[in-house]
Amino acid sequence: MIGYLARRLGYYAVLLVVAVFLAYALASAALGPRTYFEAKQPRPSAAAVDRQLTALNINDRTPVTTRFGVWAEDLVLHGDLGRTIHDTSVNEEFGRRIWVSLRLLLVGSLLGMALGVAGGAWSAVKQYRLPDRALTILSFVLLSMPVFLVALFLKNGAIAAKDATGREVIPFVGYETPGLAGGVGAHLADWGLHLLLPTLALALGGLATYSRYQRSTMLDVLGSDYLRTAEAKGLTRNRALLKHGLRTAVIPMSTMFAYNFLALFTGAAFTETIFAWHGMGEWFIQAINEQDVNAVVAVNLFAAVTVLAAGFLADALHAALDPRVRY
Amino acid sequence: MSASLLEVSDLTVDFGAVPAVRGVDLAVRRGETLGIVGESGSGKSVTALAVLGLLPRAAAVGGSVRLDGRELVGLPDKELARIRGSRIAMVFQDPLSAFTPVYRIGDQIVEALRIHRPQGRAAARRRAAELLDLVGIPAPERALDSFPHEFSGGMRQRAMIAMAIANDPDILLADEPTTALDVTIQAQVLDVLRTAQRETGAALVLVSHDLGVIAGMADRVAVMYAGRVVETAPVDELFARPRHPYTLGLIGAVPRLDGRGGPLVPIPGTPPAPGTVTGCPFAARCPLVEDRCRTAEPALTGDDGHLAACVRAGELAARAPRPEEVYPVPPVPPAGRPGEEILRVTGLVKTFPVLKGTVFKRRVGTVHAVDGVDLAIRRGETLGLVGESGSGKSTTLYELLALTRPEAGRIDLLGRDTAGLDRAGTRELRRAVQIVFQDPMASLDPRMPVGDIIAEPLRAQAAPRAQIDRRIPQLLRQVGLEPAHASRYPHQFSGGQRQRISIARALAVEPELLVLDEPVSALDVSIQAGVLNLLQRLKAELGLAYLFVSHDLSVIRHLADRVSVMYLGHTVEAGTVESVFESPRHPYTRALLSAVPLPDPVAERARTRILLAGDPPSPRERPSGCPFRARCQVHALLDDARRARCEQEVPLPQAAAPGVDHLAACHYPDA
Ligand code: SF4
Ligand code: SF4
Repeated sequence: MIGYLARRLGYYAVLLVVAVFLAYALASAALGPRTYFEAKQPRPSAAAVDRQLTALNINDRTPVTTRFGVWAEDLVLHGDLGRTIHDTSVNEEFGRRIWVSLRLLLVGSLLGMALGVAGGAWSAVKQYRLPDRALTILSFVLLSMPVFLVALFLKNGAIAAKDATGREVIPFVGYETPGLAGGVGAHLADWGLHLLLPTLALALGGLATYSRYQRSTMLDVLGSDYLRTAEAKGLTRNRALLKHGLRTAVIPMSTMFAYNFLALFTGAAFTETIFAWHGMGEWFIQAINEQDVNAVVAVNLFAAVTVLAAGFLADALHAALDPRVRY
Repeated sequence: MSASLLEVSDLTVDFGAVPAVRGVDLAVRRGETLGIVGESGSGKSVTALAVLGLLPRAAAVGGSVRLDGRELVGLPDKELARIRGSRIAMVFQDPLSAFTPVYRIGDQIVEALRIHRPQGRAAARRRAAELLDLVGIPAPERALDSFPHEFSGGMRQRAMIAMAIANDPDILLADEPTTALDVTIQAQVLDVLRTAQRETGAALVLVSHDLGVIAGMADRVAVMYAGRVVETAPVDELFARPRHPYTLGLIGAVPRLDGRGGPLVPIPGTPPAPGTVTGCPFAARCPLVEDRCRTAEPALTGDDGHLAACVRAGELAARAPRPEEVYPVPPVPPAGRPGEEILRVTGLVKTFPVLKGTVFKRRVGTVHAVDGVDLAIRRGETLGLVGESGSGKSTTLYELLALTRPEAGRIDLLGRDTAGLDRAGTRELRRAVQIVFQDPMASLDPRMPVGDIIAEPLRAQAAPRAQIDRRIPQLLRQVGLEPAHASRYPHQFSGGQRQRISIARALAVEPELLVLDEPVSALDVSIQAGVLNLLQRLKAELGLAYLFVSHDLSVIRHLADRVSVMYLGHTVEAGTVESVFESPRHPYTRALLSAVPLPDPVAERARTRILLAGDPPSPRERPSGCPFRARCQVHALLDDARRARCEQEVPLPQAAAPGVDHLAACHYPDA
């Protein structure tokens, strides 16, 4: 198993390098930091713009491979992600935002998966009965809504609740109450409350997708011989379902997790913006508007690392759940 | 009857509005073996599952199941679970899917032990190892840590039996426990079941479609048809003097390995659709039907424990007719003398690389699927090709049908070497050789009317429209269907009829050699008999040659003129059916033949069985010397000097005497 995971890890490392290079090349080609400087008032001289661009290592007159070389060297040797277009450190901004986003992504993805697996399994056991039908309808409604719509609904709901009660029942702006007094407990509670809506916005999408897949794998398992064997040896139906049925039916979900994480990323960008979280997604959108190449690449690096980490996690999970893959 | 351990009375099971079991009465006494025999859809498996409350929730169970007088029907799942696995245990058909794939075998057995008797893991594990040892699994300690997919089918079924007897049950319910297994493995597993029964003193309820298995194992037999028991009797009595026409027909429909038993009796028609019967459910197929049969369903009555649900049971009991005296048997025209040789295969070899790796494939081994096969068929002759799974018989077929140069060896078809065929030659041979597959449903396009299906090969040969229109009704009649059937679709036919359609399609282009790949394996015996008779008739009428591939030796015995036995890619014995079946020379053939159960309890008891050790080796390993060495019962008894020869020298096929058509590839045949 260790050997298998090590091989996967090597494979992901290669993928990461390729992905980062592609992101770098794409961002350099698509964004025009030169126009950003040229549009400044008063308009700087062409030589000044050039100098500025070179200093930031985003000059489009330098070949992209050379720029990438410089960037990569700084990253590998000094852990330096370069400068933003405002000539501030990308690293600093990165450090500020990463925990904001990770918190959202981690809780959102895991919660979505847990809800989806539980809902899907339950739905399968109750096939064609009320709970199954209700969940099916809910999933299809959610699946047909983009994440930002779900997020907006949730936010408007919270606003309506505030208007109705006259106080903020569930916070819908930012990830903490600024200047909150109190101990660790109060802070944690405050964080949790702020997490609620954005996480839900992400998790609901997960619930919808996972539950569909989990339902169908669970249905396969429900008709399986080994479930019958488990009952025949003396397990009650419910225990057999949990111990032998769900345990096997959940295996394909690990693969789903890797794929789904990618979709989650896009969703997270919108969610952050809507709930005014200063996370990676918000930064990404902002950086594109400002033609900030290095910031865009930094967010991409973050995305690539997390997505591949999710992939690796999925592999590890798969190998742990299904002994047959440990070849 | 009060001494019964398990008493099932008036058991009914309905799936929605469809009755699957319609009033079954059974009694199982302590320590005895009750065989339940029936064809697919007879309700035999549903009955077994209903006893344990293992049916899906959609099933409505009525009537009564009493274990030691305690009613089980309607018990809450919690109570039933306490009985399942401890007092009544079950062995299922398909050992491949009956173990949870993600848990170790040992853990699954330990779980079974600990559900009913709380005990430490270590103790349970020791007990599990003992159980595996009891059922003959080598190195039980290591086997405990294996996952189900690492076991062969036979090993899994042994482990399944070990798990079933883990808690010393009073009743062992085995539902088609050997159906998915090869015959030598079946013999081993049946032996293990007997051991298990002896060790635990449990009663065995054996559900099977195979009359041979039932005859060899059961003390009493219940025959099920259309959701009811139609006859029940002690085993000897049932086979010697069946009182229900259906039982009689079944016995007559099974081909026998010993060549006794006369022509096969086909039972016409198919079982009624559930829920449509009034009166005797067998009436539509029964040759003895009278008006009174149709008014009410006959009750199960009789004396001395021999009961039958037939109004004419008394008559049958008194007269004890042979099956062919009751059922009309279509005359099979005598086959002509075989003509010239149309197929000769010499030294055929086919290997497959074993690849590993996801992106970059590397070759890590070689499967020697076919490793020296010789075959010869003459016009008008049937060659039976026999072998267990992994013997390479399917690969041999595909190599034949590929019509290309084989990897090694030579194939001559209709006098032409397939290595040097031009386009016209290939085209001609494509016509001359046709194949019929095992599963007619998978090989017939469900969206095409039957007429088009049959016409397909003709169209491929660019036959004129008028000729096609003339051929279709002719072909349908030839295989025993109606010309009007041409406009129907495959799903409107029964399994047997579909196989007839496949045969008609194969015959459309007037082939000379018909390759039949397990053509009756998917059919119930009563249907199978009709198809076998049809094949025999067609051969005689059309002067065809058949290459008949089957794992069922009785069928081969019945139909073939010559037989060729394969083991691990090698032809190990070949000759006329009489010589090979009457006096087999190769140790493998002898073991194989002795493993086939006979549908005759008296003959079964008189036989001695050669039980082969272990499973066939994987074709990836190519043992030195004789391929059969590892399992050979003769080899095991040889002295060292003679043994060495088996280990070093590959035995070549040798005739029994010069000029005799009976070859065996063994250094010590007839030993
Ligand atoms: S009751 Fe009549 S139809 Fe039924 S099996 Fe007996 S003779 Fe045949
Ligand atoms: S050659 Fe030896 S090992 Fe092979 S079948 Fe004959 S006796 Fe057995």
